[in-house]
Amino acid sequence: MTYVYLIVGLMFGIAAVLALYRIVVGPSILDRMIASDMLLTTLILVVGAEMVYNGHTRTIPVMLVLASTAVFATVSVARYVSKQDRTTDTVGTDPLAPPTFTDPLSDGEPLPAVSKDNGGQP
Amino acid sequence: MTVDGVYDVLAGISLLLGAFLSVAAGVGLIRFPDAPSRLHAATKPQILGLMFVVLAIALEAHSWSTLLALTPVLLFQILTAPISAHMVGRAGYRTGNFRKDLMLVDELEEAVEAATRASDEESRQAKASTRDAP
Repeated sequence: MTYVYLIVGLMFGIAAVLALYRIVVGPSILDRMIASDMLLTTLILVVGAEMVYNGHTRTIPVMLVLASTAVFATVSVARYVSKQDRTTDTVGTDPLAPPTFTDPLSDGEPLPAVSKDNGGQP
Repeated sequence: MTVDGVYDVLAGISLLLGAFLSVAAGVGLIRFPDAPSRLHAATKPQILGLMFVVLAIALEAHSWSTLLALTPVLLFQILTAPISAHMVGRAGYRTGNFRKDLMLVDELEEAVEAATRASDEESRQAKASTRDAP
């Protein structure tokens, strides 16, 4: 049984490291939020696995609070994502390169957001 | 094998399955190309992985009251995970944070175009009425 717990711990550790890599590399704020949400999910699962390993049920309230408040971080960030966070290429971008922002008014393509325009006035 | 041994083995298998889903989500986060597909990968351990771990805790404690105490955890996660996924997907679409070439169908595009046309028409009418009014 010890080997099973060792494998489980290693798998959770790998998952957390992969999520952390995605948080660091990005490239957009949404990818980071998705990865941090998944990191929190992994944390909930680790708290549960620790209860199985040590044979107690004392940290069930911790799991409850984490599971019920995990939504707030993602929703509050996703609500305020602006068009400037768009990245043109989502694969293989250098995380240390200076950020290039596309001007949403001059790129010539229609905005995907449903927005009321100001009636043609400048 | 005793009854406790059977419970232990079942709990171990459940834990392994939950951990495997977590690793699969991590690999998906690294390998998948854009935000919506990464969202798809990251939501796998949120429900099914949590179900396996809750099952493992209840099997290890082998008591129904523990399972009852863990049900709200699962319930809250089932209620709130779609909210965050919906908000992220919506923000990703609106900011153009997805790869158009990977999409087979984009049903939302037609709806957005129709809504934009309607809003243009509305503003044109509003402008015309303000010009005629004075």
